[in-house]
Amino acid sequence: MNEFVAGIASFGILLTIAAYQLGAYLRKKTGSVFCNPMLVATATVIAVLLVFKIDYATYYDGARFIGYLLTPTTVCLAVPLYKQISVLKEHPVAITCGVLSGVVASMVSIFLFSLLFRLDHASYVTMLPKSITTAIGISLTEEYGGYPAITAIAIMITGITGHIAAEKTCKLFRIHHPAAVGLAIGAASHAMGTSRALEIGEVEGAMSSLALAVCGIVTVIVIPVFAHLM
Amino acid sequence: MKYVQQFLIIILVTALGELCHALIPLPIPGSVYGLVLMLVALMTGIIKLPQVEGAAKFLIEIMPVMFVPATSGLINNFAAMRQMLLPLLVISILTTFIVLIISGKMTDVLMRKGEKDE
Repeated sequence: MNEFVAGIASFGILLTIAAYQLGAYLRKKTGSVFCNPMLVATATVIAVLLVFKIDYATYYDGARFIGYLLTPTTVCLAVPLYKQISVLKEHPVAITCGVLSGVVASMVSIFLFSLLFRLDHASYVTMLPKSITTAIGISLTEEYGGYPAITAIAIMITGITGHIAAEKTCKLFRIHHPAAVGLAIGAASHAMGTSRALEIGEVEGAMSSLALAVCGIVTVIVIPVFAHLM
Repeated sequence: MKYVQQFLIIILVTALGELCHALIPLPIPGSVYGLVLMLVALMTGIIKLPQVEGAAKFLIEIMPVMFVPATSGLINNFAAMRQMLLPLLVISILTTFIVLIISGKMTDVLMRKGEKDE
């Protein structure tokens, strides 16, 4: 089967889009948060590859074209941000404090959990950049001697958690201001959360885009302090 | 031809971002430099909103699909995951909620305070 589909150039793209569409259909049918299209699509692709004994490399050969689009799309996040720039101009203090508290909360809580689990230095620095975008996170892990593959998984679990649970969590804790909701989603769960924030609303999407970029950059600056704590 | 021109501008800014990544020795990806460059270009009027908005809207709408090729890569990392499965899951999931609540509550309270003062 692997060789057969390797001959079909569009296989990876077809499987990705069809799996996502299945997820979108299930969400519409059930209305359940766990029938999230991104999560369903991931599970479906993995299941298809396992059942038909297709190599991930064969799938990725086509799917990487969809994956690459993430770079220009992240650049495009400047558009919703620009349209809502007045929110940023009106609330500079709230937004700065929100972003900084997000980065510090992430690092401190990871440090405390690492103490609890008695992680060694390598495992601890592997977890440290888990709230930020993959490209930054992995290079930081490499620099401080962690395991990049596991950082990538931690970032993914974080993104999926935020993507699925952020909206309900904000409601539960009475975080109502659209800018606060968006900022929290971007700070906690990078681009994957941001893609959900953009569906919730314009202000949410814009502030999530802002938090995604700024938290990534701030993390690069403060991580040396935390990396040496353990 | 409207979309060709819009994609050209977006890819041009993306390329500039990737160039920054290649030249500046910091672990910041080209996409984040590109986002900042695009925002500066829009704010200074070098790029006008209608010159990129349609294509940007399309890309942003299909954004969640773009994560699937990478997340499906978990299939190759089951072994690495098993090494530290429990701390990995607990830390990844719980700290996401902690950050969400702390930064969200902080922003929410300060925003309301700011709006009341006005």
